Amino acid sequence: MTTTTPAPATTPTRTRGTGTTATRLLGIATVVMLGWLVAFGLGFSPADRDQDEAVRIMYVHVPTVWVAYVALGVTALCSALYLFTKKHSLGFDRFAGASAEIAVVFMALTLVSGMLWGKITWGVYWAWDARLTSFALLFISTIGYLAVRSLGGSHQQRAKRSAIVGLLVVLEIPLVHWSVRLWNSLHQEPSVLDTDGDVSIEGLMLFSLFVGVIAFTLLYVWLLLHRTRSMAMADLLDDVGLDQALADRRAEGASS
Amino acid sequence: MSAPAQPVVELSDAVAVLGGFPVLAGATLTVDSGEIVLLHGPNGAGKTSLLRLCAGLLPLERGEGRVFGLDLTSQQVAIRPRVGLLGHHNGLYRDLTVAQNVRFWGATVGATDAEIDAAMERLGVRGRLADVGVARLSAGQKRRTALACLVARRAELWLLDEPHAGLDAAGRDELDDTLREAAAAGATIVVSSHEHERAAALATRQVGVVGGQVAA
Amino acid sequence: MNRWSIARLVAAKDLRIERRSKVLTNQVIPFAGVTMVIFAFALDAKSARTDDGFVPLLELVAPGLVWLAALFSLLLLVQRAFAIEADDGALDALRVAGVDPVAIFWGKSAALAVQLAVLDMVLLGAAVLLYGADVPAGGLVLLVVTLVVATCGLACVGTLYGGLTAGFSGRETLLPLLVLPVVAPVLIGATRAVESALGTGGVALSEGWPWIGLLTVFAIAFGVGGALAFGPLIDEAT
Repeated sequence: MTTTTPAPATTPTRTRGTGTTATRLLGIATVVMLGWLVAFGLGFSPADRDQDEAVRIMYVHVPTVWVAYVALGVTALCSALYLFTKKHSLGFDRFAGASAEIAVVFMALTLVSGMLWGKITWGVYWAWDARLTSFALLFISTIGYLAVRSLGGSHQQRAKRSAIVGLLVVLEIPLVHWSVRLWNSLHQEPSVLDTDGDVSIEGLMLFSLFVGVIAFTLLYVWLLLHRTRSMAMADLLDDVGLDQALADRRAEGASS
Repeated sequence: MSAPAQPVVELSDAVAVLGGFPVLAGATLTVDSGEIVLLHGPNGAGKTSLLRLCAGLLPLERGEGRVFGLDLTSQQVAIRPRVGLLGHHNGLYRDLTVAQNVRFWGATVGATDAEIDAAMERLGVRGRLADVGVARLSAGQKRRTALACLVARRAELWLLDEPHAGLDAAGRDELDDTLREAAAAGATIVVSSHEHERAAALATRQVGVVGGQVAA
Repeated sequence: MNRWSIARLVAAKDLRIERRSKVLTNQVIPFAGVTMVIFAFALDAKSARTDDGFVPLLELVAPGLVWLAALFSLLLLVQRAFAIEADDGALDALRVAGVDPVAIFWGKSAALAVQLAVLDMVLLGAAVLLYGADVPAGGLVLLVVTLVVATCGLACVGTLYGGLTAGFSGRETLLPLLVLPVVAPVLIGATRAVESALGTGGVALSEGWPWIGLLTVFAIAFGVGGALAFGPLIDEAT
């Protein structure tokens, strides 16, 4: 690994990585914060009055929800920036794609941690609660978005197509959420949702949650930068391949 | 037709990419109004891609391209209604009859019934064939129907990819006559064909395509 | 040619193709019918306790089953609607000819909506017969409005994503993955509205109308969003 910043002008080589001094520092900060999260989440913070030890799942669950929504927001924003700026920069497209990939991972973590928490606190893995159900649908839609990204074509085709689908996913969020809420209001099972209401959060617990959010946000940024750079290198490799293929193709014409 | 100052097709150093492969590697070509240009060359030389680029189905990656003096990248919308492509597919609806197909394509540009009838008449698909379903036509009859659609929607630049393929000798003769008539009536035609001698007799100019480029 | 006449032309063309090929009547409607029968096998002839005493389970869930069968049939109809364009390169020809994509979207959506509406009517009729649901006179208006609005929404979403996947042969499997999460609001809204219209499980008629609001917003959102997105999605060269 060298410390040079990836520049489009240079050719990718075997030795070049996606790390820079900045991302390395960010990585160290992420590890430190994750260590803090383990210490506070599992050690220093007390068990909750209602939820008992299960509250510790929240220190992971809440930050993953947060990162999932932030990541989707970044995908939507970058899709819009790609479509509505004159330059149609592929950089925005790569940010959108990388962010969506991270979003899917964090959404899966959210669902898993939420189900574990639900099993302990509510006694069931899955309740047909509005937030849960619309989140699950959003998860599937994000997977669909990634499937559209892999359809093929040139970089610009991929970027345009996926930016449109990305914005359609965003358009669908409020509709799905609204309908599922209305649907859910008919099937409310209050006993299950009781603990969701006013959990008193204070002191060390709030701080642990805060540490969790910071740690996972740093992790997100770190992953995003590396993934975007690796995508840029993959695209660059395609372009270099194109120049080579173009030269070969021209030679084919000249030789005959 | 008097020769206008402006060429119909102007490509300079055009590069087009399909699935990461440069199907066109710097093609330069000029076609003037009323010409019948024959593209010849080995399989995979880029003949189909050249036609698809002019039709706006393949994006121009590098280089410049103008059709009817309009930019291929930025003025696509204005170019399209004036261009017709007949590729390996005929672009027909197999569940409709010949007449229904021609009428549909004609109607997209607001052609009158008389124009549509004239188009079918010219391609010999009017009388008995008109009410036959496209699925039941022979290859040659389908090709003629597709050409009738091009006439009905008033295409000025005809891009024909291997139009002779799948036709018998009589069908090929008919096709050649049709193309000559169309050119005489003002259409500009770019045609690719493996039927070299036949197409050479038809064309006003021959152009070799090899390695994604137009041979000088 | 203005946008409306092109849209009408495209819709008329699609419906004429359906009239000549009879895919809806000979294949899709029978498929939807067998789906309804299979639901009955899956759910058995059990009863459920409601405020009105015991009601057969099938009668309770019939409105949902109708729309579920409609969604599965929608996927078939969308694939058919774009197979006729992709089979012989007609979609390419439409693009080359520069036919207004907004008009293509509206035209194909309208034709799809008409076919879907026929299908929905058959399914609702089948539900009434097979599962023993009753239609009170007052519910008929709500039923018709639901059918129209829900069908428009479904048709727009189907056309939009059908256009996206049409250009990629072998990727038809992507269609359900993209469409089903999006149409969840229609399934929910239309099911509740039909429940109120039929008075299933004692649901009052007045409870059905708010769902029409949801369905209308959905149809408008995807009618407009689809019209804007359809062109760039089917046309990748510009």
